[in-house]
Amino acid sequence: MAVDPAFVGTELPATTLTVDSGRLRFFAKAIGETNPLYTDVAVAKAAGFVDLPVPPTFLFSIELENPDQFRWVADQGIDPRFVLHGEQSFTYHSIAHAGDTLTATPRIVDVYSKKGGALEFIVKNTAVTRGDGSAVADLETVIVVRNPGATK
Amino acid sequence: MTSTHQVEVGTELPALKIGTISRTTLTLFAGASGDHNPMHIDIDVAKSAGLDDVFAHGMLSMGYLGRLLTDWVPQQRIRSYRVRFAAITPVLGQPTATGKVVSIDEVDGERRATLELAVTLVDGTVTLTGDAVVAL
Repeated sequence: MAVDPAFVGTELPATTLTVDSGRLRFFAKAIGETNPLYTDVAVAKAAGFVDLPVPPTFLFSIELENPDQFRWVADQGIDPRFVLHGEQSFTYHSIAHAGDTLTATPRIVDVYSKKGGALEFIVKNTAVTRGDGSAVADLETVIVVRNPGATK
Repeated sequence: MTSTHQVEVGTELPALKIGTISRTTLTLFAGASGDHNPMHIDIDVAKSAGLDDVFAHGMLSMGYLGRLLTDWVPQQRIRSYRVRFAAITPVLGQPTATGKVVSIDEVDGERRATLELAVTLVDGTVTLTGDAVVAL
């Protein structure tokens, strides 16, 4: 099933997460981070941070706070089992820390297909900001949809 | 952390060898990252989609590459970071994250290095390619 070009421009529901040090320690454990800067508040403060810094890729997790995180995919008639993460980029504006309340605002900016529709691509841009509106990072995600049934 | 005056085009970052990715790794990452896609943690769902097994989250490998970066420069100096997910990382994969300086430019009044990045499995499969821009 082809993704409707009218999907471009759609804003997905914004999500908010108040990042706490426990979640950041859990994330550090999951990625095997051993630098105490990311797990020990005293070490982070000694390095000049106000609290544990939010590591570079955790910012992708803010939009995953949506309780029904694949709804927007399913709403396009896409089976979430056939979705792959194609590309991911981050442009950083400032460091976020434990204690910050971060908001992710995702928007669909492009849809295109390749290989006669066997692969479809959805490009999503997400701004991550603090409660006061200050910018933390801009993210771009390319989602690849495999259409096993598509013919050339 | 590196002393930035030594950085030049061709400088390689110390490679980051990751241990074996287990099913426990994937379960912890699903919870910690908030990515609850069952394709990474539930073999029944993976099989229902025609795969033999679950596979690792792309963002797990991007997290490993992020560690390579923050081991090398303070995080405040990372201006941008992007990857393309080139191949799936299977369960029991053993990734290694690598990077090297490919250019140094003066941008917005600061000296910035562009790093070429990759994650490679033991059999030579390149799972991620990417780049990052860091202030020196």
